[in-house]
Amino acid sequence: MALKRPKADAVIIGLGWAGSLMANELTMAGLNVVAIERGGWRDTSTDFPTSMDTDELRYATRRELLQPLSVETMSFRNNPGQQARPLRDFNTYQFGWGAGGAGSHWNGMTWRFLPNDFQTYSNTVAKYGKGRFVTGLTVQDWGVTYDDLEPFYDKFERYAGTSGKAGNIKGVIQPGGNVFEGARQRDYPLPPLERTRAAELFDIGAKELGLHSFPVPAGNTSGAYVNPLGIHMAPCTYCGYCEFFGCGNWSKSSPNACILPALIQRPNFTVITESEVMKVNLTPDKKMATGVTYIDKQGREWEQPADIVVISAYQMDNVRLMLLSGIGKPYDRASLTGVVGRNYANQTVSGAGVFFENENLNPFIGAGALAQSADDYNSDNFDHAKLDFIGGANMLIHSTNGRPIGSANVVPPGTPRWGSEWKKTYKDSYQVGNSIYNQGNSYPHEDVFLDLDPTYTDRFGRPLLRVTFDWNENDKRSGHFMADRAVEFGHAMNAKMVFRNEPTAKHFSPMDNLSSHTTGGAIMGDDPMTSAVNRYLQSWDVPNTFVCGASAFANNGGYNPTGTVGALTLWAAEAIKTKYLKSPGALVSL
Amino acid sequence: MTSPILRRDLLGTAAALVGTAATLPAAEAAQISGSLPWSPSEGTPPPVEPTQPYTWEFFTADEAALVGAIADRIIPADDLSIGGKEAGCAVFIDKQLAGNYGKGTNYYLKGPYRPGTPQQGPQTLETFAQRYREGLAALVAFCASKHGGAAFTTLSAADQDALLHEMEAGAFYTGPVTSTAFFNQLIQNVREGYFADPIYGGNKDMAGWKLIGFPGARYDYRDVIGRRGEKLDLEPVGLMGRPGWNPA
Amino acid sequence: MFTFRRIVVAVVCLGFLGVIGAGALYAFNRAYYSSQIAETAAPAPTAGQIARGHYLALAGDCIACHTAPGGQPYAGGLQLNTGFGLVAASNITPDKDTGIGGWTTKQFILAMHRGIGDHGKRLYPAMPYTAYAKVSDADLTDIKAYLDTLPAVHHDVIANQMPFPFNIRLMMVGWNMLFFDLGGQQYKNDPTQTAEWNRGAYLVQGLEHCSTCHTTKNLLGADESGKFLQGTDLAGWWAPDLTSNKRIGLGSWSEDDIVDFLKTGANDRMVAAGPMAEAVHNSTQHLTVPDLHAMAVYLKSLPASDDSAPSPVPANIPAMVAGRAIYAENCAACHALNGTGVPGMAPAFVHSPSVQAQNPENMIRTILAGGHVAATEINPTAASMPPFDWKFTDAQLAAVTTYLRNSFGNAAPAVTADEVAAKRKEIGARATN
Repeated sequence: MALKRPKADAVIIGLGWAGSLMANELTMAGLNVVAIERGGWRDTSTDFPTSMDTDELRYATRRELLQPLSVETMSFRNNPGQQARPLRDFNTYQFGWGAGGAGSHWNGMTWRFLPNDFQTYSNTVAKYGKGRFVTGLTVQDWGVTYDDLEPFYDKFERYAGTSGKAGNIKGVIQPGGNVFEGARQRDYPLPPLERTRAAELFDIGAKELGLHSFPVPAGNTSGAYVNPLGIHMAPCTYCGYCEFFGCGNWSKSSPNACILPALIQRPNFTVITESEVMKVNLTPDKKMATGVTYIDKQGREWEQPADIVVISAYQMDNVRLMLLSGIGKPYDRASLTGVVGRNYANQTVSGAGVFFENENLNPFIGAGALAQSADDYNSDNFDHAKLDFIGGANMLIHSTNGRPIGSANVVPPGTPRWGSEWKKTYKDSYQVGNSIYNQGNSYPHEDVFLDLDPTYTDRFGRPLLRVTFDWNENDKRSGHFMADRAVEFGHAMNAKMVFRNEPTAKHFSPMDNLSSHTTGGAIMGDDPMTSAVNRYLQSWDVPNTFVCGASAFANNGGYNPTGTVGALTLWAAEAIKTKYLKSPGALVSL
Repeated sequence: MTSPILRRDLLGTAAALVGTAATLPAAEAAQISGSLPWSPSEGTPPPVEPTQPYTWEFFTADEAALVGAIADRIIPADDLSIGGKEAGCAVFIDKQLAGNYGKGTNYYLKGPYRPGTPQQGPQTLETFAQRYREGLAALVAFCASKHGGAAFTTLSAADQDALLHEMEAGAFYTGPVTSTAFFNQLIQNVREGYFADPIYGGNKDMAGWKLIGFPGARYDYRDVIGRRGEKLDLEPVGLMGRPGWNPA
Repeated sequence: MFTFRRIVVAVVCLGFLGVIGAGALYAFNRAYYSSQIAETAAPAPTAGQIARGHYLALAGDCIACHTAPGGQPYAGGLQLNTGFGLVAASNITPDKDTGIGGWTTKQFILAMHRGIGDHGKRLYPAMPYTAYAKVSDADLTDIKAYLDTLPAVHHDVIANQMPFPFNIRLMMVGWNMLFFDLGGQQYKNDPTQTAEWNRGAYLVQGLEHCSTCHTTKNLLGADESGKFLQGTDLAGWWAPDLTSNKRIGLGSWSEDDIVDFLKTGANDRMVAAGPMAEAVHNSTQHLTVPDLHAMAVYLKSLPASDDSAPSPVPANIPAMVAGRAIYAENCAACHALNGTGVPGMAPAFVHSPSVQAQNPENMIRTILAGGHVAATEINPTAASMPPFDWKFTDAQLAAVTTYLRNSFGNAAPAVTADEVAAKRKEIGARATN
């Protein structure tokens, strides 16, 4: 018999970006909100202060802030014909753990997806014809447009203190920003970060190739900032400890820095930490959620009743919780029916290693989102008429992570991995090596999906989530094309050595750590036959359950997902506040 | 559906929360509300630096000597910098294996064990400590079989390198996997020992950082970021500082 | 939160006084003062009165002491450790048995003005009734009206947990007689000053009870004359000088700086930390800007305390050289290399009164154990100072403190490793890793 807590208006599963933003909006609207977080409480000055933060082994190599794999991992296989195996070592899937979630230890690249990313299906059909989709691709429109989300992107950037340069304000192109972006109502709240030598070199290449170079929008503050909640942020100091690290001086956008200090003060908010939600409880007819069951720090089982359930764990765990709770019909590869687990996507990564001569890139000076980029080959920003794929990638050069253990492989291919030659080459490469990193669109395919593993279980004996993924034909063509662009770019930058990198030419492996940006599995859409949640992230089947996060993306953009996670969550919160509370029930009628 | 939310105001729910909170078991200490938790001297600093002379916590004396010798081949002493052994890589690995890393606390080691594809990553259920114990024993045996019973530490540098190349190529097995996996583990851990903060037992006098010009545990580059492309020559700083922090 | 050490000293001495005819004094005092207040037939309080009472209760920061950690608001139980034993703040909810539900307004005023509690029990001056004596009967009536609207909580607090002989409440009679004008001390307007100044003086001297912490106490624990708000040691914290002294007081702050500090917990130069963070969080942030401005006007009118700036420690001595390196590599990420800080979250050190304070204990303890800063409705940031006890040796911490006190336009005596060692021990901070 589970212990029972008093009923809440809303229970939130997972206090990362999505959970924090939702809790913030709902508590401001007067709701009594309880959040349940699997990891512990995390605070800047206690858990990752400047005095402890600069520890590569602890945070980057051993990944101390990430969810331990002993708590839960995924099983993986490349195709439905294989047996999945658990991922036993840290890998490309990086689950958050603790208040702030992955938002505590992300890099901070705060993108808005391009208008085409939300309507790739209809745009492609109109422009190139249906035949452009390779066999098995399940591209579909999201049910929301960029214009729907624009106010919420804006709101998220204000909360987060994003630094950047607009490229399109109300339709007026702004040179120096991303001229391909959708129209925005105003510029970023902070100007772009400082520039590095790598950015200067990137500009040389972009100029040579006639591409439009601009600074990546950064969740690293270019100056002191006060957000709309009255929370202060300090200026980024370019310490370079972002990815896998918390920010020690309140200069990286995170729930810890930007939301939780205000949220925690509200009397109608409580967070229960070190407690894991087992499932969302449903009424016997499975048409409504009654709350959640969780196991607390001491191993006791509790029930938290609530009128609204918000699932806002990591993308993969959102899908897993739906499957474990029986919310929505699971995707079935054989019959191509069902929605939960469908339209999983990753990121089509490619690029080129570049090594310069007589340079001091000073790679230890950096920030998680300190990067210069070009969007000319992203999404449908270029003409695909003569190409045989859709999508593309954002290309960037990154100034961060110049740490000695992690950089030890940044040597020209062919260098021995050990001995004096490796040592000398590493010493010589450290100041001159970098890469062009292409972060590509990823489109869902019927052979790629998430479901529950039949064999392997988590610490509580529940099935792990099973990932079935390999590059599809569109990914391979796009990856090949983009690797060519990266090589071209490397030469245009006058790099002494340029090394092509085309991971899509071989089978995907999570152990390669290409990108942590996994999306889909509980996607939004206009049709309950092909989407798990409606355009307001409301479950089609259980209307008092909302599922927030990258799990809702119908496809992945050529960008980091967090800006869009933030915008979608705020959009859903607005729908709850202005529509659902007035008339609880399905917000989209069929 | 009718929602109780619509019938309650903020004050009501807040008061209800306060009223019920007191009735919950006190042991539910992980419930946080009202203000950011804070207490003096909180947080978990990194471990205390190993003392000198060092007492091995995990390795036997022979294992320690063997790991030191391997570290000296993976990162040899030369005119650029000291070698892996002198930098403390064996001490570093010993401390790691004696702690949570060695126990595999944060890794997924649940069975059943079944071999997988390369894309699925390592599948062994052994902890890192077990992998070392077994892997080093296998290397000792392999070395003895190749060199008439001689210990690895007594071989010339060239012979040691030749043996390690064979190991890297998968010449023998450690448990169900080839020696390549364990050699990869050694490369990774020796690099960690050479480049991690000195507080963990390696990177003596920040030799690894000095080798490549990494300034260490610094947190503020605002004063130098404008010097794009310049050689900065910043003195490295460890988590526990540098000599310049001590009033002479 | 209170000057416990001083109080303890007072209690010890009073053990002496208390035995001398205390009973007679008690009788006299109670009879004399009781006769001054009329017991009114209480009309039902108006909503406006209750709202005013709420505001005034916040100004008086009653909740700070009368709420135990994790306990029900105003239900008492916070234990104040005096070193000689515990004094627990009482339950002031309207519970009839364990709170003040049975009290008349007159009894309440008597307690607030004279330190005479239920059934004539003497209150210890942990309860700052010497300040509350300034508060008008009308305001106290409103506070009582507000307290009567709280949910009654049955919570029996054993207030006096001191061992003999310190538990003899009657000892306080002698104390009161010595330091407390028998004629009552309600605030009287100074006709030569503006209405705003008078309002500020009323709040500072009365409900906000600033002098409880910021004024040096004499041997018996009462405010030392001529030292009003000139700063003092407060059980291991330095409560700074609030006079117009430009170097160590508020002389370099504008009235708006003071208002910002009290309203939001921070201004462009400083953040409220330690005990003051609680005062801002619980009390001053809730005051209106006009009231805070009035307090600022009054504080700015206080004549500067006597002070002569020492010569700065030379920049080339070893402690200063090491201190500069430590500062650049540990502190600059938040406080900036040039000491300008971050407005509203990380204090600036340029010409800093708190850095140059007569006693460096706040800096030492904050660098050692970290520091909790105020969270307010307007500025909820609460960017706490992280602890460095595990990282800095006593000599290193002394060096960086010395550097701060003698850089950025500051000049103050050097700090020694022994001072750091003593503080480390006193507050139970960790040893160096």
